[in-house]
Order: sequence, then structure tokens, then C-alpha cells
Amino acid sequence: MFEVLLGGLLLGGMYGLVALGLNLQYGVSRILNLAYGEFLIGGAFIAFFTATGITITILGVTIARLPPLNPLLSLLLGPPIGFALSWLIYRCLMLPLVKRTPDQDALDADVVLVTFGLFFVLQGLAMVNWSGDLRGYSFLAQGVDVVGARIALNRLLAFLGACALALALFLILRHTRVGSALRAITIDPVAAELMGVDVRKYSALAFAAGGALAATAGMLVSTFISFSATSGAEYTLKALIVVIMAGVGRVTGTLAAGLLLGVVEQLGGYLLDPGLTLAINFGLFALILLLRPTGLFTRA
Amino acid sequence: MVLGVLVLAQLPQLVSTYVVQLCISIYANVALATAWAFFSGTTRYISLATAAFFGIGIYALAILNAYLPLPLALTGAAVAGFLVALIVGLSTLRLRGVYFVVFTFGLTELIHQVVNWWSIKNRAVTRYIFTDASRVQIYEMLLAIALFAIAASWYVSRTRLGYALRAIGEDETVARHTGIDTTLVKVLCFAASAAVMALVGAVLTLQYPYVDASIAFNNTWSFEILIAALLGGPGRPWGPAVGAIPLVLLKDLLVGSLYFTIALGLCFVAVVYVLPGGVAPLIERWYRTFDAATLRQVLRIGRRPDSWGWPYRLKLGVKAGMARFNGLWRR
Repeated sequence: MFEVLLGGLLLGGMYGLVALGLNLQYGVSRILNLAYGEFLIGGAFIAFFTATGITITILGVTIARLPPLNPLLSLLLGPPIGFALSWLIYRCLMLPLVKRTPDQDALDADVVLVTFGLFFVLQGLAMVNWSGDLRGYSFLAQGVDVVGARIALNRLLAFLGACALALALFLILRHTRVGSALRAITIDPVAAELMGVDVRKYSALAFAAGGALAATAGMLVSTFISFSATSGAEYTLKALIVVIMAGVGRVTGTLAAGLLLGVVEQLGGYLLDPGLTLAINFGLFALILLLRPTGLFTRA
Repeated sequence: MVLGVLVLAQLPQLVSTYVVQLCISIYANVALATAWAFFSGTTRYISLATAAFFGIGIYALAILNAYLPLPLALTGAAVAGFLVALIVGLSTLRLRGVYFVVFTFGLTELIHQVVNWWSIKNRAVTRYIFTDASRVQIYEMLLAIALFAIAASWYVSRTRLGYALRAIGEDETVARHTGIDTTLVKVLCFAASAAVMALVGAVLTLQYPYVDASIAFNNTWSFEILIAALLGGPGRPWGPAVGAIPLVLLKDLLVGSLYFTIALGLCFVAVVYVLPGGVAPLIERWYRTFDAATLRQVLRIGRRPDSWGWPYRLKLGVKAGMARFNGLWRR
């Protein structure tokens, strides 16, 4: 029972980690990025190639041969790429929509379509380049004892990473000037604009930071879950569930909602039937949407 | 028009099985897209539950087919879709915008997982379907459903109900204040569109030897139907059909290719940036230049009206250019 709870907490930490970036994106820039999981998988691919070594060839000419390295090194490359790509996407694809939209409903419909399209394009490109094979590598795959239960070190690393990122994000949002600007936009973009906040600049920043967080999460998750070019959608869905549960724009709430989801899923699987974990997931999601559409961790 | 329908009905006798199969796919997509747009296009409640109702139709048929004659089993499938949608439709009372989108998506997955779990538990992961419906029969049934969907959608769009649906899409609060029973309208229309989706699923299943949960509740259906309807133009009864046909052909052309997903993705993006209202308004504008009112105007003023758009303006420009050119020579 205790081990089930612990497993749930670790799983939940991963859910929280996966959802952090999406919540930042949707909370601040009001763009529901359905291609979010692709950025996560991108981070995972970079980590995979760092861990297994890669030969970079362009047009048949070998440019560089990288030996297998510590996958943590990919954090130097993945998040910046995620940041830059997301920033470009916001600037080039989303901003025209934001400018022309009459209201949030219309924007949502447009954005759902565009990010879906982006999701298909990115997934298609990943499939063409790297095929749909499942990939995984071994990193920190040993057990450690935590208060009597034995857990895998790489899962613990992801859990600690989730806590550290959530804490860092919380501190940035709470105690810096950029953070107060972002929170102001979350609460009311129009009022923030009137108070002299450059809404478009900070929205782009938040969207880009979300992309970087996605790549980081992808790296950490790839240490213990194998992935393929098509598994991005799963993560988008999980992240979406957690974001809706937590309430849009709630950073600490995201981690808490992730933990709750993980524990409920594991407990449900343990008490009812292991085949029902996904059903429990979606059931909880639908229930929370119906009962509290604004999320669990928002003030009513 | 009647002639066209007759020709379509006789088509299986004239063309190869491949074309018939392609037509079956087209009619199914047209019917689904039209049914989707009937509710989601007018009220702007974007639903991703198409796959859920489609799958419910499939499973209802697979179960009922063993006990009932085919017409009753098909009716049962439509009724099952209708009843489930009545309950799901109640969620529109609380959820709007993006929340409704993700709710319908999550719900589809929930149904998928529960059905999957239940099948594994009963040691019946796949369900076999025994039927003697021929390909031609399936073809004719789907043609009838597609035509019915378009006709019904067209008829409703001209009634008070159609206005009510559009009013909800424009502004729900205003709609309620003008005395529209928005709950009744939303729930009933959602259920009606779901019944058609379930029926399409049921008929389409007749050609498969067996089904399982991941075939029946495949989310791809929801997305393809959504994009077909939006590409065509969900604001008009015949719009979704216009979008569905090229998409099916494109899919057939690129079948099994990774490039289909990329092409589909680019379609999504193109719809949003280039054709915000779909293709239908374009066609309509072009067609308008030849309608009765404009022709009467032509007779009255004795010349072509300026409203004839760019072909006419282009011609004017060319004429002016020619005149100047001729003038050069005359001088």
C-alpha cells in the first residue's frame, strides 16, 4: 500500500513536470498549444541521441561523430531549441491570429486548429526522419531505498526535477518584475496592458519558456519511459488533464494536481483493476471539468 | 438534381469495386461532417466526440446484429447514439469554448478505455460481425444517409430551429433572452447529430469482419471530420460535403504514407489563415454573380453590374488597356 502511494507520488511528479510548461503557455499567452507534446518528444530525442551517440551527416557528408555522453548534457541543447522554436511559433503563427481575433472563443477555435496542424506536421516530420520505433536508453537505472521502499533513481531524479522546476517557477513568478508582469497578464491581459505591461512581448516569452520546460520534461521523462515519434499526443493529453485540473495559470497547483492524479491513478489501479488506470484518468478529468471547470486550485 | 441522385444510385453497376469503395468512404465522411456541422458549425460548440458516437454505433450494431434483423439493429445503433448524446449534451450547460473541446475529447477516450477494459474482461477483445449486406447495399445506405443529412441540415437551417442554433452561436446570452430554450435546442440537436454519426458507424461496420475498441473509438475520425467540415465551410448545409470530398481523395492518394499527416496538418493551418470561413463562401460568392437578382439588375440597367467581381474587373482593365493600345495606333 505504501509502495503504491509512493509510486503514485513519483508518477504524479512526472505528470506535474509534463504539465508545467503547458500551464505557463496557456495561462499567460492564452494559447492552448496542442503540439506541446511534440516539443517534449523533441527534448526526449535530443537526450536519446546524446545518450547513445550520433553521427551527424548532411547530404551524405559526415560532419561530426558524437560518442555516447551523459544525457543530462542534452539540457544544454534541448531547452534552448525548445525556447527558440516556441518563440518563433508564437511570433510568426500565433500573433497574426491574436491580432485579428474578435474574442477569446474565436481565438481558441483558430488556435486549436493551427496547433493541431502543427502537431500533425511535427509528428509527420519526426516519423519521416526517425521512424516510429520505440526508443529508450539506460540512465541511472538502479534502485535506491527511500524510507523502506525501493525506487528507481531515474524516477526520483525526474520527481526532484519537477519539484525544483515548480519551485523555481514559483519564485520567479512571485518575486521578480518579469514574474509580476506574467501574473498580471494571467489575471487580466487588458488591465495589464493598461498598466504598461508589454503583453505581446511577455506572452511570447511565456510561450517560449513553456517550450523550454517541455523539452526539459522530455529529457527527464525519457530516462525511464521509452518513447517514439508518435507518443507526443499522450503527453499533450496528460498535460492538458493536469492543467485543467489545476486551473489555468497555477504553477504550484499544477504540481499538486499532477501528484493527485498520479496517486488516484495508482490507487485506482491497485484497488479496482490495473486495466482501468487510463479510464480512471479520463473519468477524473471529465468529472472535474463538469464540477469545477476553473480548476481545483483556483479561488472561486 | 434528381437525375444526379439517380445516377449516383446506379453507379455501382457501372464502375469498378475500387471506385465503389472510394464512394462509400466519401459518403461516410460527408454524412459525418454534415452531422458534425449541423450542431458544432452553427452553435460553435466544437465537439471532438465524433469518434465516440461513431464507435457507439459500431458497438451497438455489433451487439444487436446477433439478435435482431438488420434494419432494427441499425435503428438500435442510431437510438444508442442519440441517448448517449442526450446525457453528454447536458455538459453544454456548464462548458463552453476550449473546455467543451477537451471535455468531448476526454470523454471519447474514457468511453474507449472503458469499452476496452470491459472487452478484455469478458475475453472478447474483437467482436465478429456476421451479415449478408453486400457492398452495393452499404453503398446505397450510406448514399441515402449522406443525402438525408444534407437535406435535413438544409431544411432545419430555414426553420425557427435553425435560427435558434445560429443565435446560440452568435451570442448565447442574447439567444436565451430572446426566449429561445437554449438547453432544449442544444441537447436535442447534439443528440440528433450524434444519431446520424452512430448510424454511419453502424453501416460502415457491415463491411468489416470484426471490430475492436481501438478501431471503433479511433480519435482520428474526430479530427478528420472536424477539418473536413471547417475546410468546406460549416456555416452552410452543403459546406461540409465540399470539404469532405477532396480530403477523402487526398487521403486515398497518400494512403499509408507519412506525408498524409503532414498534408493534413498543412490543411489545418491553411484553413485558419487563408480560408477562415471555409471554401463554401468562396463558391457562393462566385455563384452569386449569376443569380436571378443580379440578372434582373443587368436587364434593368442594361449593363453588367460592378458586383460581378474580379473576372469582370479584370476584363474592364484589359479593355481599358486595349483601348489605350488602339489609341496609340490611331494617333
